[in-house]
Amino acid sequence: MAELGTRYLGLTLRTPLVASSSPLTGTLDGLRRLEDAGAAAVVLPSLFEEELASESLAVHHALEAGTGVFAEALDYLPDRESYAVGPDAHLELVHVAKRSLAIPVIASLNGTTRGGWIEHAHLLETAGADAIELNLYQVAADPAHDAAAIESREIELVEALRAQARVPLAVKLSPFYTALAHFAQRLVAAGAGGLVLFNRFYQPDLDLETLEVAPQLTLSRSEESRLALRWIAILRRRVAASLAATSGVHSADDALKLLLAGADATMLASALLQRGPARIGEIERDLARWLEAREYESVEQLKGSVSQAAVPDPESFERANYLRTLRSWSRDRGH
Amino acid sequence: MTQRSIACLDGNEAAARIAHRLSEVIAIYPITPASPMGEWADAWSARGQTNLWGGVPEVVEMQSEAGAAGVLHGALLGGALATSFTASQGLLLMLPNLFKIAGELHPFVLHVAARAIATHALSIFGDHSDVMAARGTGMAMLCAASVQEAHDFALVAHAATLRSRVPFLHFFDGFRTSHELARIELLDDADLCALVDDATILAHRARRLTPDAPTLRGTAQNPDVFFQAREACNPFHDAVPGHVGDCFAALAARTGRRYGLVDYHGAPDAERVLVLMGSGAGSARECVDALVARGERVGLAVVRLFRPFPSAALLAAIPATTRAITVLDRCKEPGSAGEPLHQDVVTAFAEAAAARPMPRIVGGRYGLASKEFTPAMAKAVLDALAAPAPRNRFTIGIRDDVGHTSLPYDPAFRTETAAGCALFYGLGSDGSVGAAKSSASILVAETPLHAQGYFVYDSKKSGAVTLSQLRFRSEPIRATHQIEFAEFVGVHHFDLLARQGVLERAAPGARVLLNAPHPPGEVWDALPREAQDAVLEKRLEVWTIDADRVAREVGMRGRINTVMQPCFFALSQVLPRERALAAIRASIEKTYAKRGPAVVARNLAAVDRALGELHRVVVPEIATATERRRAPVPADAPDFVQRVTAALLAGQGDLLPVSALPPDGCFPTATARYEKRALAHEIPIWDPALCIDCGKCAMVCPHAAIRMKVFPEASRPAAPADFLAKPFRSREIDAHLLTIQVAPDDCTGCGVCVDVCPAKSKSEVKHKAIDMAPAPEHRDRERARFDAFLAIPALDPALLDPGTVKNVQTREPLFEFSGACAGCGETPYLKLLSQLFGDHLVIANATGCSSIYGGNLPTTPWTTDAHGRGPAWANSLFEDDAEFGLGLLLAQDRQREEARRLLTAIAPQLPNALVQTILDEEGRDDAALARQRERVAALARALAGRSDPESQRLLSVAGALVRKTVWIVGGDGWAYDIGFPGLDHVLASGRDVNVLVLDTQVYSNTGGQASKATPRGAVAKFAAGGKAAPRKDLGLAASAYGHVYVAQVAIGADDAHTLKALREADAWPGPSLVIAYSTCIAHGIDMTRSMTHQRDAVRSGFWPLWRHHPGVGPHRHPFHLDSRKPDLPVRAFAEQEARFAMALRADPERADALLALAQADADERWRHYEQLAGVERNLVEASVLPDAAAPAEEAE
Repeated sequence: MAELGTRYLGLTLRTPLVASSSPLTGTLDGLRRLEDAGAAAVVLPSLFEEELASESLAVHHALEAGTGVFAEALDYLPDRESYAVGPDAHLELVHVAKRSLAIPVIASLNGTTRGGWIEHAHLLETAGADAIELNLYQVAADPAHDAAAIESREIELVEALRAQARVPLAVKLSPFYTALAHFAQRLVAAGAGGLVLFNRFYQPDLDLETLEVAPQLTLSRSEESRLALRWIAILRRRVAASLAATSGVHSADDALKLLLAGADATMLASALLQRGPARIGEIERDLARWLEAREYESVEQLKGSVSQAAVPDPESFERANYLRTLRSWSRDRGH
Repeated sequence: MTQRSIACLDGNEAAARIAHRLSEVIAIYPITPASPMGEWADAWSARGQTNLWGGVPEVVEMQSEAGAAGVLHGALLGGALATSFTASQGLLLMLPNLFKIAGELHPFVLHVAARAIATHALSIFGDHSDVMAARGTGMAMLCAASVQEAHDFALVAHAATLRSRVPFLHFFDGFRTSHELARIELLDDADLCALVDDATILAHRARRLTPDAPTLRGTAQNPDVFFQAREACNPFHDAVPGHVGDCFAALAARTGRRYGLVDYHGAPDAERVLVLMGSGAGSARECVDALVARGERVGLAVVRLFRPFPSAALLAAIPATTRAITVLDRCKEPGSAGEPLHQDVVTAFAEAAAARPMPRIVGGRYGLASKEFTPAMAKAVLDALAAPAPRNRFTIGIRDDVGHTSLPYDPAFRTETAAGCALFYGLGSDGSVGAAKSSASILVAETPLHAQGYFVYDSKKSGAVTLSQLRFRSEPIRATHQIEFAEFVGVHHFDLLARQGVLERAAPGARVLLNAPHPPGEVWDALPREAQDAVLEKRLEVWTIDADRVAREVGMRGRINTVMQPCFFALSQVLPRERALAAIRASIEKTYAKRGPAVVARNLAAVDRALGELHRVVVPEIATATERRRAPVPADAPDFVQRVTAALLAGQGDLLPVSALPPDGCFPTATARYEKRALAHEIPIWDPALCIDCGKCAMVCPHAAIRMKVFPEASRPAAPADFLAKPFRSREIDAHLLTIQVAPDDCTGCGVCVDVCPAKSKSEVKHKAIDMAPAPEHRDRERARFDAFLAIPALDPALLDPGTVKNVQTREPLFEFSGACAGCGETPYLKLLSQLFGDHLVIANATGCSSIYGGNLPTTPWTTDAHGRGPAWANSLFEDDAEFGLGLLLAQDRQREEARRLLTAIAPQLPNALVQTILDEEGRDDAALARQRERVAALARALAGRSDPESQRLLSVAGALVRKTVWIVGGDGWAYDIGFPGLDHVLASGRDVNVLVLDTQVYSNTGGQASKATPRGAVAKFAAGGKAAPRKDLGLAASAYGHVYVAQVAIGADDAHTLKALREADAWPGPSLVIAYSTCIAHGIDMTRSMTHQRDAVRSGFWPLWRHHPGVGPHRHPFHLDSRKPDLPVRAFAEQEARFAMALRADPERADALLALAQADADERWRHYEQLAGVERNLVEASVLPDAAAPAEEAE
């Protein structure tokens, strides 16, 4: 039987199948079900600094609205001893997850201020996270901010976090960088132990009835893993860091392709939301069967074996679309 | 004596802190100004705070004070230690059980924040008319005169009631003491233990009603023994003064604070003595101190124990040298020989006449409904006593030019300087009050200074002006009157300078801090002339900061408290600057930490920014302003508005003489239109090119500040030239124009109209047919347009069927510009009612929000049409509104019957056709009413020349021949709780009353306490963890009668449904009940989105829309489920409202469970309603078959 174990961010994983951040990883019950189903590690939902701030301000505004105006009603809502507006609930999840699970627990963080990033990373680490995934998510919509400045700020942030954190740091990236390979290298130099490719965002949708913008998160499909596949294949031997693929991992085939391209771990969310945590076990079995059928000894042996550096035609990862078009044109012409 | 904790508390908290620690059962009902005591107790119990013996007191909110009193009686008889808190009407509702509790000798304390009783008017403010109404109950009565005393006497009352078995009514003055912040020394548990004798508690328990040792209470007794048994309690009452004295002594031994049953202060050889009780003692003592220092032989006796009346203590307290006494009562007892305290003092001296010479004793009234009582007034009273024949039964503090009872006084007499006095004028919920409270707490915590905070609010719920008053000085503060001159004046909203004389109380040389939206160099020129004159005359030192900008920049838009507070400390120099800043920062951390680091960080950022933005205004030598302060009302306002309303609006109401006020509480309507508050920062601006004539904006506007008018093209105003109008799309009339117009000075800027506007630009969706735009840029132009709009004659209502939203909104609203909250969810219903039935509408209004924005002086939104007709409005009480409304209907019906009888009787002498049509064609719709009005006018003309008594009588009631409609209006607290028995009875009566319940699902007016309408899972006061029980289905209960028309509506979800329901209700000749979902600030929502919340409430099945339309005939289905099957989870609706979301943030597990139950409630309710919609039900009694409603029903 092939050895399924892999190393990711310096952590030893039983298999390369990791439960990515999703509502399932947001409760202890969900986490236990994922572990029982065979998840090799779990990534908890992101601690969003912006969300915490907006929760905090929402509570404040609700309690302050209309106060001190009218003699008979100096306030309207009873004030409580405490509110779950800080990171406490999230930290508690990290804490109980770590205490209750045998598999590695990876915390995820999305900050808005430098102080927030650093403080919350420290809190997550203290709460017991085995690693922290930095969710570098922003829509760079301001024309006044150029790419270099944005990238430099992100690099500085990773450096600052690296200087402070004791646990491994992964950086989850969006695909929207002009020079992704270069940026990836800088991130790794700054201290990122791993790169997670790629983030999926809430995308705006329009309601044709009301003409309002309605943000939606749709579940991924297998095809979406192709983007990660390309970049993992390209980065595999170019950066000295773990690589994880996320988005579009629905089957053992999807996982295998990403591993062949060079992923150290493949992360699942939509597949588990659609078909339940047990899906991870099915994928593991299919994965093992595939490896055995082809007499692979281990996942380690397989990883990166079809990366850009390992294939005879490396350019196929760079200009694939154009080439295929030419080839099909050639075939049609009978050349 | 041990070192005790010092705290800065108000009287309510001071009393509640003792009551909670010494009780097991607390049964309450909210009422101003006592509500905070119950709320404190509930909050402490909710967080598991224990009483002295380690148990957590159970706090239970009842349906009324009468209900609370019943619970208390039972709990006491069951052997529990019980307490409650109330005031005013609440105390009156408790009276029957107070007689019982006292008659059965149960140890019990009722803490009362004494408040005026409603007579010619309601008043929430403080006087003794409520407690005096309880003086016959047999309860002992102990009066605290300050915050410290409210704390101390609470303990004495609890200890003494256990010792004596006589229940105690512990009272202090509403607002002046209940809401005054003061530095006090706290009593610790050891103090409580020292005074409360455990043996007395065991004895109380041993007397409990238990089948283990059965007894019988509440017997009925016959003439043979009742009297004797009633006298058997005398020894217990006789012992009360001794027990109170013992408790006072024990307290003094532990704290050094000495109190007597009657305390005397002043010259030991006084000739003239003032006797009073309550907070007035503070300012009276300041006066006496000043006069004694001048060598005058005067004194003050403060009565602490009022029942049993301590005659011996009184006689002992007042020096034998006393020749004359004035007794001041803070109440009025018309027709009496003297007010209660006066009579008691006279009796005490009369009975002792044999032992000591009888001084001359006169009585006077002061301070009704928190009327100021100043040292100057006390001096006038003592001065008057020096006359050979002093005035008796006088009043002080007002100018009575009718009964000539008032004593003159010299306001120039003052006992304090401006030093250590600060005033802060704020607007709305800007945080000014909170900042002043925080400053008082900081001063108490950081310095040995004494500090006092007192807060004055106007009666508006939107854009209210607040005045926070802060005293701080090293010696104890006794003054219990408002600050007359201050060395610091903060004006936290620049526009207030143009509205009120906010610098009038600035002492010469005072520092003035302005929050101005102008650069420092432009502030002077922006001041109105009066303010510049005041600055120059009094050489005021003016400082300025653009606090709104700073607050906005740190992300705390609209909350300027933490910007203004550091400026106050920096300018007042009461603390070294750095220490003050550190204290403010610490206070922010302490107060806001639980709300999250973002809140703390932003407030700290505000503090850090503040002083750098503070600038001194360079004051030139001469005034330069040409703009003057705005007149409170326009010059063309009617006489009453000019004479009376204007003074109230200018804050000069205290100066009005008695003759200016109606003696019976009867006021003119149509006054809000003269109060131009110009509150809005943004106002809606209409784009006719996009408008689709739907009327929704006008329909939902809470303040009738966006209006719709339809008029013939010929009536288009000639000016202003840019007056906007567009062709009106209608199948009923053509060649008419439509205009939508904002009332720019009456709009509160809530934005609800823009939120509901469905007409979006095809090229840019953010542009709608109405958009909010900056008010300063548009106000002048819109003023001119609004004037032109008002001049356009109203369209004949008969031209357009009012059955559509669009058509009904072309009608003139006769409810306009109320002081309700911006975005209020209640007022659109009332406005619609006024548009549908306004010219023949009688409203009985339960006490609550709607009675405050409807009837609180200075102005009323209820108004009249061009013919002078309009809604006639009255408020009786909270609990009796349904009965009150029925009474109005009965009077109306009697007059109608009388008119018909007389008309028939003298018919032969009148034109036959006229009489017959009047009798036969009364009608219900607008056209019929108009025709009947014309006929009745013709009848009046025919009768005018006749002098026979029957004609005269007919003339007096002829108006009743034109149909009037009675609508009973109130909130859910009234309908579901306190007024439910009456409502139920009136609905059962079958009479043609209409009831509109403005259902906010909470007691809105008193600050958000839970009612039986509060839904499961919602947080409210007395349901701090989220209400566990589901809301009562009032509509379904009413529909069970069969003959009651019932509708459950939500104007924001389906405006046409609301319109239909109100019209059907009015048309139904039996009782009708319309339950109207009303979004409220207490829901914790963005009120701009008020109507969207209503839509989601309906979509989620949280608030289904339905009507129960009874009728006669086979196979009728009276129940109509009018909303669509829910397609939104209740949770998705609930999470948008802080009342639910707070529970999710405070206790997620419990909140999740409650929301799951709330979903189950909604699912089950829907399933039930679906089945009801299929139920056939026939109205058995044909007598209430609706003439008008039946065809409409058939048509469905």
